[in-house]
Amino acid sequence: MEALLKLLSDNVAGYGSLASPLQYLLPMVLASLCCIALVALFPIVAVYAERKVAAHMQDRLGPMRVGGWHGWAQTIADGIKLLLKEDIIPSEADRVLFKLAPLVVFAGGFASLVVLPFGASVIVSDLNIGVLYVVAISSLGVVGIIMAGWASNNKYALFGGMRAAAQIVSYEIPAVMAILTVVIPVGSLSTQEIVRAQEGGWLGIGNWFIFKPVTAVAFLVYYLASLAEVNRTPFDIPEAESELVAGYHTEYSGMRFAFFMLAEYVNMFVVSAIGATLFLGGWNSPVFGGPVAFMLKSVALVFVQFWLRWTLPRLRVDQLMYVSWKVLLPASFVLVILAGALAVR
Amino acid sequence: MSVFDIVFCIVALVTIGSAAIVVLSRSLIYSAFALLFTFFGVAIVYVMLGADFLAATQVLVYVGGILILLLFGVMLTHRLYNLNLKTETFQLIPGLLIALAVFTSLALAATQTHWKRVEKPVAATTETIGKLFMEEYLLPFEIASILLLVALIGAAMLVRRRSDA
Repeated sequence: MEALLKLLSDNVAGYGSLASPLQYLLPMVLASLCCIALVALFPIVAVYAERKVAAHMQDRLGPMRVGGWHGWAQTIADGIKLLLKEDIIPSEADRVLFKLAPLVVFAGGFASLVVLPFGASVIVSDLNIGVLYVVAISSLGVVGIIMAGWASNNKYALFGGMRAAAQIVSYEIPAVMAILTVVIPVGSLSTQEIVRAQEGGWLGIGNWFIFKPVTAVAFLVYYLASLAEVNRTPFDIPEAESELVAGYHTEYSGMRFAFFMLAEYVNMFVVSAIGATLFLGGWNSPVFGGPVAFMLKSVALVFVQFWLRWTLPRLRVDQLMYVSWKVLLPASFVLVILAGALAVR
Repeated sequence: MSVFDIVFCIVALVTIGSAAIVVLSRSLIYSAFALLFTFFGVAIVYVMLGADFLAATQVLVYVGGILILLLFGVMLTHRLYNLNLKTETFQLIPGLLIALAVFTSLALAATQTHWKRVEKPVAATTETIGKLFMEEYLLPFEIASILLLVALIGAAMLVRRRSDA
Protein backbone atom coordinates (compact mmCIF):
# COMPACT_ATOMS: atom_id res chain seq x y z
CA MET A 1 0.00 0.00 0.00
CA GLU A 2 2.94 2.33 0.70
CA ALA A 3 4.09 1.66 -2.88
CA LEU A 4 0.63 2.53 -4.20
CA LEU A 5 0.63 5.77 -2.20
CA LYS A 6 4.02 6.69 -3.66
CA LEU A 7 2.86 5.79 -7.18
CA LEU A 8 -0.21 7.99 -6.82
CA SER A 9 1.65 10.98 -5.40
CA ASP A 10 4.36 10.72 -8.08
CA ASN A 11 2.12 10.35 -11.10
CA VAL A 12 -1.14 12.14 -10.31
CA ALA A 13 -0.76 15.90 -10.46
CA GLY A 14 -1.87 17.71 -7.31
CA TYR A 15 -2.24 14.51 -5.28
CA GLY A 16 -0.04 15.87 -2.52
CA SER A 17 -2.32 18.86 -2.10
CA LEU A 18 -5.30 16.69 -1.15
CA ALA A 19 -6.37 16.55 2.48
CA SER A 20 -4.11 14.14 4.36
CA PRO A 21 -6.80 11.60 5.43
CA LEU A 22 -7.99 11.45 1.81
CA GLN A 23 -4.44 10.76 0.61
CA TYR A 24 -4.34 7.65 2.76
CA LEU A 25 -7.95 6.66 2.17
CA LEU A 26 -7.62 6.38 -1.62
CA PRO A 27 -4.85 3.72 -1.64
CA MET A 28 -6.76 1.85 1.09
CA VAL A 29 -9.92 1.77 -1.04
CA LEU A 30 -7.95 0.74 -4.15
CA ALA A 31 -6.15 -2.04 -2.28
CA SER A 32 -9.41 -3.38 -0.84
CA LEU A 33 -10.98 -3.30 -4.31
CA CYS A 34 -8.10 -5.41 -5.64
CA CYS A 35 -8.63 -7.89 -2.78
CA ILE A 36 -12.38 -8.02 -3.45
CA ALA A 37 -11.68 -8.67 -7.14
CA LEU A 38 -9.37 -11.53 -6.18
CA VAL A 39 -11.91 -12.91 -3.71
CA ALA A 40 -14.68 -12.78 -6.32
CA LEU A 41 -12.70 -14.13 -9.28
CA PHE A 42 -10.57 -16.81 -7.63
CA PRO A 43 -13.52 -19.02 -6.53
CA ILE A 44 -15.07 -18.82 -10.02
CA VAL A 45 -11.88 -20.16 -11.60
CA ALA A 46 -11.15 -22.55 -8.73
CA VAL A 47 -14.60 -24.15 -8.67
CA TYR A 48 -14.41 -24.73 -12.43
CA ALA A 49 -10.87 -26.11 -12.09
CA GLU A 50 -11.88 -28.36 -9.21
CA ARG A 51 -14.77 -29.84 -11.19
CA LYS A 52 -12.53 -30.41 -14.19
CA VAL A 53 -9.69 -31.91 -12.10
CA ALA A 54 -12.15 -34.15 -10.27
CA ALA A 55 -13.76 -35.26 -13.53
CA HIS A 56 -10.50 -36.12 -15.23
CA MET A 57 -9.24 -38.00 -12.17
CA GLN A 58 -12.38 -40.12 -12.36
CA ASP A 59 -12.10 -40.54 -16.16
CA ARG A 60 -15.05 -38.23 -16.83
CA LEU A 61 -15.22 -34.98 -18.79
CA GLY A 62 -16.84 -32.65 -16.25
CA PRO A 63 -18.79 -29.57 -17.39
CA MET A 64 -18.65 -29.42 -21.22
CA ARG A 65 -21.63 -27.41 -22.48
CA VAL A 66 -22.12 -23.95 -20.92
CA GLY A 67 -20.30 -21.25 -22.90
CA GLY A 68 -19.04 -23.53 -25.64
CA TRP A 69 -15.35 -24.36 -25.16
CA HIS A 70 -15.07 -27.08 -22.47
CA GLY A 71 -17.93 -25.55 -20.48
CA TRP A 72 -15.83 -22.57 -19.32
CA ALA A 73 -18.90 -20.50 -18.31
CA GLN A 74 -20.34 -23.17 -15.99
CA THR A 75 -19.36 -21.55 -12.67
CA ILE A 76 -20.41 -18.10 -13.89
CA ALA A 77 -23.85 -19.53 -14.64
CA ASP A 78 -23.88 -21.25 -11.24
CA GLY A 79 -22.92 -17.99 -9.55
CA ILE A 80 -25.74 -16.09 -11.24
CA LYS A 81 -28.14 -18.86 -10.28
CA LEU A 82 -27.08 -18.50 -6.61
CA LEU A 83 -27.65 -14.74 -6.73
CA LEU A 84 -31.15 -15.16 -8.17
CA LYS A 85 -32.26 -17.88 -5.76
CA GLU A 86 -34.89 -17.21 -3.12
CA ASP A 87 -33.44 -16.24 0.25
CA ILE A 88 -34.80 -18.75 2.75
CA ILE A 89 -34.47 -18.40 6.51
CA PRO A 90 -35.93 -21.33 8.49
CA SER A 91 -38.85 -20.15 10.63
CA GLU A 92 -37.33 -21.58 13.82
CA ALA A 93 -33.86 -20.15 13.12
CA ASP A 94 -32.27 -17.37 15.15
CA ARG A 95 -32.65 -14.65 12.50
CA VAL A 96 -29.98 -12.20 13.75
CA LEU A 97 -27.22 -14.79 14.13
CA PHE A 98 -28.33 -16.59 10.95
CA LYS A 99 -27.77 -13.43 8.91
CA LEU A 100 -24.56 -12.46 10.70
CA ALA A 101 -22.76 -15.83 10.45
CA PRO A 102 -21.85 -15.84 6.71
CA LEU A 103 -20.45 -12.33 7.04
CA VAL A 104 -18.28 -13.26 10.03
CA VAL A 105 -16.94 -16.36 8.23
CA PHE A 106 -16.24 -14.35 5.08
CA ALA A 107 -14.58 -11.48 6.99
CA GLY A 108 -12.15 -13.93 8.59
CA GLY A 109 -10.95 -15.20 5.22
CA PHE A 110 -10.95 -11.81 3.54
CA ALA A 111 -8.94 -10.09 6.29
CA SER A 112 -6.10 -12.61 5.89
CA LEU A 113 -5.37 -11.23 2.40
CA VAL A 114 -3.86 -8.10 3.97
CA VAL A 115 -0.46 -9.65 4.66
CA LEU A 116 -0.05 -11.93 1.62
CA PRO A 117 3.18 -10.87 -0.15
CA PHE A 118 2.27 -11.06 -3.84
CA GLY A 119 5.45 -9.26 -4.85
CA ALA A 120 8.35 -7.23 -3.46
CA SER A 121 6.08 -4.17 -3.22
CA VAL A 122 2.72 -5.79 -3.97
CA ILE A 123 1.25 -6.25 -0.51
CA VAL A 124 -1.64 -4.50 1.16
CA SER A 125 0.27 -3.92 4.37
CA ASP A 126 3.56 -5.43 5.49
CA LEU A 127 2.62 -5.80 9.17
CA ASN A 128 5.56 -6.73 11.35
CA ILE A 129 3.35 -9.33 13.06
CA GLY A 130 2.30 -10.70 9.63
CA VAL A 131 2.07 -14.45 10.18
CA LEU A 132 0.71 -14.09 13.71
CA TYR A 133 -1.98 -11.78 12.30
CA VAL A 134 -3.14 -14.45 9.84
CA VAL A 135 -3.28 -17.08 12.59
CA ALA A 136 -5.20 -14.72 14.86
CA ILE A 137 -7.69 -13.38 12.33
CA SER A 138 -8.55 -16.85 11.02
CA SER A 139 -10.10 -17.66 14.41
CA LEU A 140 -12.91 -15.31 13.36
CA GLY A 141 -14.01 -17.96 10.88
CA VAL A 142 -14.38 -20.57 13.64
CA VAL A 143 -16.72 -18.32 15.62
CA GLY A 144 -18.72 -17.69 12.44
CA ILE A 145 -19.03 -21.42 11.78
CA ILE A 146 -20.31 -22.10 15.31
CA MET A 147 -22.68 -19.17 14.86
CA ALA A 148 -24.05 -20.63 11.60
CA GLY A 149 -24.42 -24.07 13.14
CA TRP A 150 -26.24 -22.75 16.16
CA ALA A 151 -28.47 -20.22 14.39
CA SER A 152 -29.77 -22.75 11.84
CA ASN A 153 -31.57 -24.63 14.64
CA ASN A 154 -30.86 -27.88 12.84
CA LYS A 155 -29.11 -30.86 14.42
CA TYR A 156 -26.94 -31.53 11.35
CA ALA A 157 -25.88 -27.92 11.14
CA LEU A 158 -25.07 -27.81 14.86
CA PHE A 159 -23.06 -31.03 14.69
CA GLY A 160 -21.21 -29.78 11.62
CA GLY A 161 -20.44 -26.48 13.31
CA MET A 162 -19.15 -28.08 16.50
CA ARG A 163 -17.07 -30.60 14.58
CA ALA A 164 -15.58 -27.86 12.45
CA ALA A 165 -14.71 -25.77 15.50
CA ALA A 166 -13.14 -28.70 17.37
CA GLN A 167 -11.15 -29.67 14.29
CA ILE A 168 -9.88 -26.19 13.46
CA VAL A 169 -8.87 -25.48 17.06
CA SER A 170 -7.00 -28.81 17.28
CA TYR A 171 -5.11 -28.40 14.03
CA GLU A 172 -4.25 -24.78 14.66
CA ILE A 173 -1.60 -25.86 17.19
CA PRO A 174 0.55 -28.06 14.88
CA ALA A 175 0.13 -25.48 12.10
CA VAL A 176 1.41 -22.68 14.33
CA MET A 177 4.29 -24.83 15.58
CA ALA A 178 5.28 -25.60 11.97
CA ILE A 179 5.15 -21.88 11.18
CA LEU A 180 7.44 -21.25 14.18
CA THR A 181 10.18 -23.42 12.65
CA VAL A 182 10.40 -20.84 9.85
CA VAL A 183 10.03 -17.81 12.12
CA ILE A 184 12.94 -18.94 14.34
CA PRO A 185 15.68 -18.91 11.65
CA VAL A 186 14.29 -15.75 9.98
CA GLY A 187 13.85 -13.88 13.24
CA SER A 188 10.79 -11.98 12.06
CA LEU A 189 7.05 -12.48 11.74
CA SER A 190 6.75 -10.17 8.73
CA THR A 191 5.81 -12.08 5.58
CA GLN A 192 8.11 -9.92 3.44
CA GLU A 193 11.09 -10.54 5.74
CA ILE A 194 10.42 -14.29 5.50
CA VAL A 195 10.34 -14.14 1.70
CA ARG A 196 13.53 -12.05 1.57
CA ALA A 197 15.29 -14.60 3.79
CA GLN A 198 14.74 -17.18 1.05
CA GLU A 199 16.42 -15.21 -1.75
CA GLY A 200 19.38 -16.63 -3.66
CA GLY A 201 21.10 -19.93 -2.99
CA TRP A 202 21.77 -22.82 -5.36
CA LEU A 203 19.95 -22.21 -8.70
CA GLY A 204 17.99 -19.45 -6.98
CA ILE A 205 15.95 -21.99 -5.06
CA GLY A 206 18.55 -23.30 -2.59
CA ASN A 207 17.42 -21.01 0.22
CA TRP A 208 13.76 -21.99 0.10
CA PHE A 209 12.78 -23.49 3.42
CA ILE A 210 11.32 -26.58 1.79
CA PHE A 211 14.87 -27.59 0.79
CA LYS A 212 16.22 -27.42 4.34
CA PRO A 213 16.02 -30.50 6.57
CA VAL A 214 13.93 -29.34 9.54
CA THR A 215 11.60 -27.01 7.65
CA ALA A 216 11.00 -29.59 4.90
CA VAL A 217 9.27 -31.82 7.48
CA ALA A 218 7.59 -28.74 8.95
CA PHE A 219 6.11 -28.03 5.51
CA LEU A 220 4.44 -31.45 5.53
CA VAL A 221 3.06 -30.83 9.03
CA TYR A 222 1.84 -27.37 8.03
CA TYR A 223 0.23 -28.58 4.83
CA LEU A 224 -1.64 -31.45 6.53
CA ALA A 225 -2.81 -29.17 9.33
CA SER A 226 -3.89 -26.50 6.85
CA LEU A 227 -5.98 -29.08 4.97
CA ALA A 228 -7.81 -29.74 8.21
CA GLU A 229 -8.19 -26.02 8.92
CA VAL A 230 -10.03 -25.44 5.65
CA ASN A 231 -12.10 -28.64 6.06
CA ARG A 232 -10.77 -30.36 2.94
CA THR A 233 -10.67 -34.10 2.39
CA PRO A 234 -9.33 -36.25 4.06
CA PHE A 235 -10.33 -33.97 6.95
CA ASP A 236 -13.78 -32.91 5.75
CA ILE A 237 -15.87 -34.54 8.49
CA PRO A 238 -17.57 -31.19 9.35
CA GLU A 239 -19.47 -31.46 6.06
CA ALA A 240 -19.50 -35.22 5.63
CA GLU A 241 -22.43 -35.57 3.22
CA SER A 242 -23.28 -39.14 4.16
CA GLU A 243 -23.88 -38.33 7.82
CA LEU A 244 -24.42 -34.58 8.15
CA VAL A 245 -26.20 -33.54 4.91
CA ALA A 246 -23.90 -30.56 4.36
CA GLY A 247 -22.64 -29.60 7.80
CA TYR A 248 -22.93 -26.09 9.18
CA HIS A 249 -24.37 -24.57 5.98
CA THR A 250 -27.17 -27.13 5.56
CA GLU A 251 -29.91 -24.52 5.99
CA TYR A 252 -28.31 -21.81 3.87
CA SER A 253 -29.29 -21.02 0.30
CA GLY A 254 -28.78 -18.32 -2.30
CA MET A 255 -26.47 -15.42 -1.53
CA ARG A 256 -25.69 -16.47 2.04
CA PHE A 257 -24.65 -19.92 0.84
CA ALA A 258 -22.49 -18.22 -1.80
CA PHE A 259 -20.72 -16.35 1.00
CA PHE A 260 -19.78 -19.64 2.67
CA MET A 261 -18.51 -21.01 -0.63
CA LEU A 262 -16.49 -17.85 -1.30
CA ALA A 263 -15.02 -18.03 2.19
CA GLU A 264 -14.10 -21.69 1.73
CA TYR A 265 -12.24 -21.07 -1.51
CA VAL A 266 -10.61 -17.89 -0.20
CA ASN A 267 -9.38 -19.84 2.83
CA MET A 268 -8.01 -22.56 0.56
CA PHE A 269 -6.10 -19.89 -1.32
CA VAL A 270 -4.90 -18.17 1.86
CA VAL A 271 -3.46 -21.32 3.48
CA SER A 272 -1.76 -22.24 0.19
CA ALA A 273 -0.37 -18.74 -0.21
CA ILE A 274 0.95 -18.77 3.37
CA GLY A 275 2.54 -22.16 2.61
CA ALA A 276 4.13 -20.70 -0.52
CA THR A 277 5.36 -17.68 1.46
CA LEU A 278 6.85 -19.63 4.33
CA PHE A 279 8.32 -22.64 2.57
CA LEU A 280 8.40 -22.14 -1.22
CA GLY A 281 10.22 -18.82 -1.39
CA GLY A 282 7.21 -16.55 -1.87
CA TRP A 283 7.72 -14.33 -4.91
CA ASN A 284 11.33 -15.53 -5.37
CA SER A 285 11.95 -17.57 -8.48
CA PRO A 286 15.03 -18.45 -10.56
CA VAL A 287 13.26 -17.53 -13.83
CA PHE A 288 10.81 -14.72 -13.18
CA GLY A 289 9.95 -13.36 -9.76
CA GLY A 290 7.08 -11.27 -8.53
CA PRO A 291 3.32 -11.80 -8.39
CA VAL A 292 3.27 -14.38 -11.24
CA ALA A 293 5.66 -16.73 -9.43
CA PHE A 294 3.76 -16.24 -6.16
CA MET A 295 0.40 -16.99 -7.76
CA LEU A 296 1.78 -20.04 -9.59
CA LYS A 297 3.12 -21.52 -6.35
CA SER A 298 -0.10 -20.83 -4.45
CA VAL A 299 -2.25 -22.27 -7.23
CA ALA A 300 0.00 -25.35 -7.40
CA LEU A 301 -0.64 -25.95 -3.68
CA VAL A 302 -4.38 -25.46 -4.25
CA PHE A 303 -4.13 -28.06 -7.03
CA VAL A 304 -2.60 -30.53 -4.57
CA GLN A 305 -5.61 -29.90 -2.31
CA PHE A 306 -7.91 -30.88 -5.22
CA TRP A 307 -5.74 -33.88 -5.96
CA LEU A 308 -5.91 -35.16 -2.37
CA ARG A 309 -9.62 -34.52 -2.17
CA TRP A 310 -10.37 -36.75 -5.15
CA THR A 311 -7.88 -39.44 -4.16
CA LEU A 312 -8.28 -40.04 -0.43
CA PRO A 313 -11.26 -41.26 1.60
CA ARG A 314 -12.51 -39.32 4.62
CA LEU A 315 -11.07 -39.99 8.09
CA ARG A 316 -13.28 -40.95 11.03
CA VAL A 317 -13.61 -38.48 13.91
CA ASP A 318 -11.34 -40.48 16.22
CA GLN A 319 -8.74 -40.93 13.49
CA LEU A 320 -8.85 -37.20 12.87
CA MET A 321 -8.13 -36.39 16.50
CA TYR A 322 -5.47 -39.11 16.60
CA VAL A 323 -3.61 -37.55 13.67
CA SER A 324 -3.67 -34.11 15.26
CA TRP A 325 -2.87 -34.81 18.91
CA LYS A 326 -0.72 -37.92 18.71
CA VAL A 327 1.12 -37.54 15.40
CA LEU A 328 1.31 -33.95 14.19
CA LEU A 329 1.56 -32.23 17.58
CA PRO A 330 4.53 -34.24 18.97
CA ALA A 331 6.22 -34.07 15.57
CA SER A 332 5.83 -30.31 15.46
CA PHE A 333 7.22 -29.93 19.02
CA VAL A 334 10.31 -31.92 18.01
CA LEU A 335 10.67 -29.74 14.91
CA VAL A 336 10.50 -26.52 16.96
CA ILE A 337 13.17 -27.84 19.36
CA LEU A 338 15.40 -28.81 16.39
CA ALA A 339 14.86 -25.42 14.74
CA GLY A 340 15.80 -23.72 18.01
CA ALA A 341 18.92 -25.88 18.38
CA LEU A 342 20.00 -25.03 14.81
CA ALA A 343 19.41 -21.33 15.44
CA VAL A 344 21.67 -21.08 18.51
CA ARG A 345 24.43 -23.19 16.96
CA MET B 1 -11.40 16.13 15.73
CA SER B 2 -8.95 14.08 13.73
CA VAL B 3 -9.61 10.84 11.85
CA PHE B 4 -7.86 8.99 14.68
CA ASP B 5 -10.34 10.37 17.22
CA ILE B 6 -13.35 9.48 15.06
CA VAL B 7 -12.12 5.92 14.57
CA PHE B 8 -11.44 5.63 18.28
CA CYS B 9 -14.97 6.82 19.11
CA ILE B 10 -16.55 4.25 16.78
CA VAL B 11 -14.40 1.45 18.20
CA ALA B 12 -15.15 2.52 21.77
CA LEU B 13 -18.89 2.62 21.05
CA VAL B 14 -18.86 -0.87 19.53
CA THR B 15 -16.78 -2.25 22.40
CA ILE B 16 -18.91 -0.74 25.15
CA GLY B 17 -22.16 -1.50 23.31
CA SER B 18 -21.31 -5.16 22.83
CA ALA B 19 -20.05 -5.37 26.42
CA ALA B 20 -23.44 -4.04 27.54
CA ILE B 21 -25.15 -6.80 25.52
CA VAL B 22 -22.89 -9.38 27.21
CA VAL B 23 -24.09 -8.21 30.63
CA LEU B 24 -27.71 -7.31 29.91
CA SER B 25 -28.87 -9.88 27.35
CA ARG B 26 -31.34 -12.41 28.66
CA SER B 27 -30.06 -15.09 26.31
CA LEU B 28 -26.70 -16.70 27.14
CA ILE B 29 -25.91 -17.34 23.49
CA TYR B 30 -26.21 -13.65 22.57
CA SER B 31 -24.00 -12.75 25.51
CA ALA B 32 -21.37 -15.20 24.27
CA PHE B 33 -21.44 -13.99 20.66
CA ALA B 34 -21.42 -10.32 21.73
CA LEU B 35 -18.10 -11.03 23.45
CA LEU B 36 -16.61 -11.46 19.95
CA PHE B 37 -17.10 -7.75 19.25
CA THR B 38 -15.88 -6.74 22.71
CA PHE B 39 -12.65 -8.70 22.28
CA PHE B 40 -12.11 -7.28 18.80
CA GLY B 41 -12.76 -3.75 20.02
CA VAL B 42 -10.14 -4.15 22.74
CA ALA B 43 -7.70 -5.54 20.14
CA ILE B 44 -8.25 -2.45 17.97
CA VAL B 45 -7.59 -0.21 20.97
CA TYR B 46 -4.26 -2.06 21.39
CA VAL B 47 -3.49 -1.45 17.70
CA MET B 48 -4.21 2.25 18.14
CA LEU B 49 -1.78 2.34 21.06
CA GLY B 50 0.92 0.82 18.84
CA ALA B 51 0.90 -2.55 20.63
CA ASP B 52 0.54 -4.75 17.56
CA PHE B 53 1.83 -7.99 19.08
CA LEU B 54 -0.49 -7.60 22.05
CA ALA B 55 -3.44 -7.01 19.71
CA ALA B 56 -2.78 -10.18 17.70
CA THR B 57 -2.31 -12.16 20.92
CA GLN B 58 -5.56 -10.74 22.29
CA VAL B 59 -7.46 -11.97 19.22
CA LEU B 60 -5.62 -15.30 19.15
CA VAL B 61 -6.13 -16.13 22.83
CA TYR B 62 -9.53 -14.59 23.52
CA VAL B 63 -11.37 -15.05 20.20
CA GLY B 64 -9.52 -18.16 19.00
CA GLY B 65 -9.39 -19.92 22.35
CA ILE B 66 -11.48 -18.63 25.23
CA LEU B 67 -14.53 -17.53 23.23
CA ILE B 68 -14.76 -20.85 21.38
CA LEU B 69 -14.46 -22.85 24.61
CA LEU B 70 -17.09 -20.57 26.12
CA LEU B 71 -19.43 -21.19 23.18
CA PHE B 72 -19.01 -24.93 23.56
CA GLY B 73 -19.79 -24.58 27.25
CA VAL B 74 -22.83 -22.39 26.61
CA MET B 75 -24.21 -24.84 24.05
CA LEU B 76 -24.06 -27.62 26.62
CA THR B 77 -26.11 -25.65 29.15
CA HIS B 78 -29.72 -26.54 29.65
CA ARG B 79 -31.66 -23.33 29.16
CA LEU B 80 -30.34 -20.74 26.76
CA TYR B 81 -33.15 -18.29 26.15
CA ASN B 82 -35.14 -16.12 28.59
CA LEU B 83 -32.84 -16.76 31.47
CA ASN B 84 -33.21 -14.91 34.72
CA LEU B 85 -29.60 -14.38 35.62
CA LYS B 86 -30.28 -12.30 38.74
CA THR B 87 -29.30 -13.88 42.01
CA GLU B 88 -31.86 -14.65 44.74
CA THR B 89 -30.59 -11.98 47.09
CA PHE B 90 -30.83 -8.80 45.10
CA GLN B 91 -29.01 -6.01 46.88
CA LEU B 92 -29.44 -2.75 45.02
CA ILE B 93 -27.86 -0.27 47.45
CA PRO B 94 -24.62 -2.17 48.26
CA GLY B 95 -24.25 -3.08 44.59
CA LEU B 96 -24.58 0.52 43.48
CA LEU B 97 -22.15 1.67 46.17
CA ILE B 98 -19.51 -0.84 45.11
CA ALA B 99 -19.97 0.01 41.43
CA LEU B 100 -19.64 3.71 42.23
CA ALA B 101 -16.52 3.11 44.33
CA VAL B 102 -14.87 1.06 41.57
CA PHE B 103 -15.78 3.68 38.98
CA THR B 104 -14.42 6.59 41.03
CA SER B 105 -11.16 4.82 41.83
CA LEU B 106 -10.63 3.85 38.18
CA ALA B 107 -11.53 7.33 36.95
CA LEU B 108 -9.19 8.92 39.52
CA ALA B 109 -6.41 6.54 38.54
CA ALA B 110 -6.89 7.41 34.86
CA THR B 111 -6.98 11.17 35.37
CA GLN B 112 -4.49 11.63 38.22
CA THR B 113 -1.65 9.42 37.00
CA HIS B 114 1.25 11.20 35.31
CA TRP B 115 1.29 9.11 32.13
CA LYS B 116 4.57 8.79 30.31
CA ARG B 117 3.87 10.17 26.87
CA VAL B 118 5.60 8.62 23.87
CA GLU B 119 5.71 10.96 20.89
CA LYS B 120 6.47 8.38 18.23
CA PRO B 121 4.80 4.95 18.28
CA VAL B 122 7.19 2.11 19.08
CA ALA B 123 8.24 0.52 15.79
CA ALA B 124 7.98 -3.20 16.49
CA THR B 125 7.07 -4.56 19.89
CA THR B 126 7.45 -8.28 19.20
CA GLU B 127 11.22 -8.40 19.57
CA THR B 128 11.23 -6.25 22.71
CA ILE B 129 8.53 -8.36 24.37
CA GLY B 130 10.36 -11.58 23.46
CA LYS B 131 13.67 -10.32 24.84
CA LEU B 132 12.05 -9.13 28.08
CA PHE B 133 10.34 -12.50 28.52
CA MET B 134 13.55 -14.44 27.98
CA GLU B 135 15.88 -12.20 30.00
CA GLU B 136 14.42 -9.87 32.59
CA TYR B 137 11.11 -11.64 33.31
CA LEU B 138 12.21 -15.23 32.74
CA LEU B 139 11.13 -16.43 36.20
CA PRO B 140 7.53 -15.08 36.09
CA PHE B 141 7.26 -16.39 32.52
CA GLU B 142 8.32 -19.89 33.57
CA ILE B 143 6.12 -19.83 36.69
CA ALA B 144 3.13 -18.93 34.50
CA SER B 145 3.88 -21.83 32.17
CA ILE B 146 4.18 -24.24 35.12
CA LEU B 147 0.83 -22.98 36.40
CA LEU B 148 -0.73 -23.69 33.01
CA LEU B 149 0.88 -27.13 32.91
CA VAL B 150 -0.55 -27.93 36.35
CA ALA B 151 -3.99 -26.80 35.16
CA LEU B 152 -3.63 -29.03 32.09
CA ILE B 153 -2.65 -32.09 34.16
CA GLY B 154 -5.48 -31.34 36.60
CA ALA B 155 -8.03 -31.19 33.79
CA ALA B 156 -6.73 -34.46 32.36
CA MET B 157 -6.99 -36.05 35.84
CA LEU B 158 -10.59 -34.90 36.27
CA VAL B 159 -11.89 -36.26 32.97
CA ARG B 160 -9.94 -39.53 33.10
CA ARG B 161 -12.02 -42.66 33.45
CA ARG B 162 -11.49 -44.45 36.75
CA SER B 163 -10.30 -47.99 36.17
CA ASP B 164 -12.01 -49.38 39.29
CA ALA B 165 -15.41 -47.79 38.66
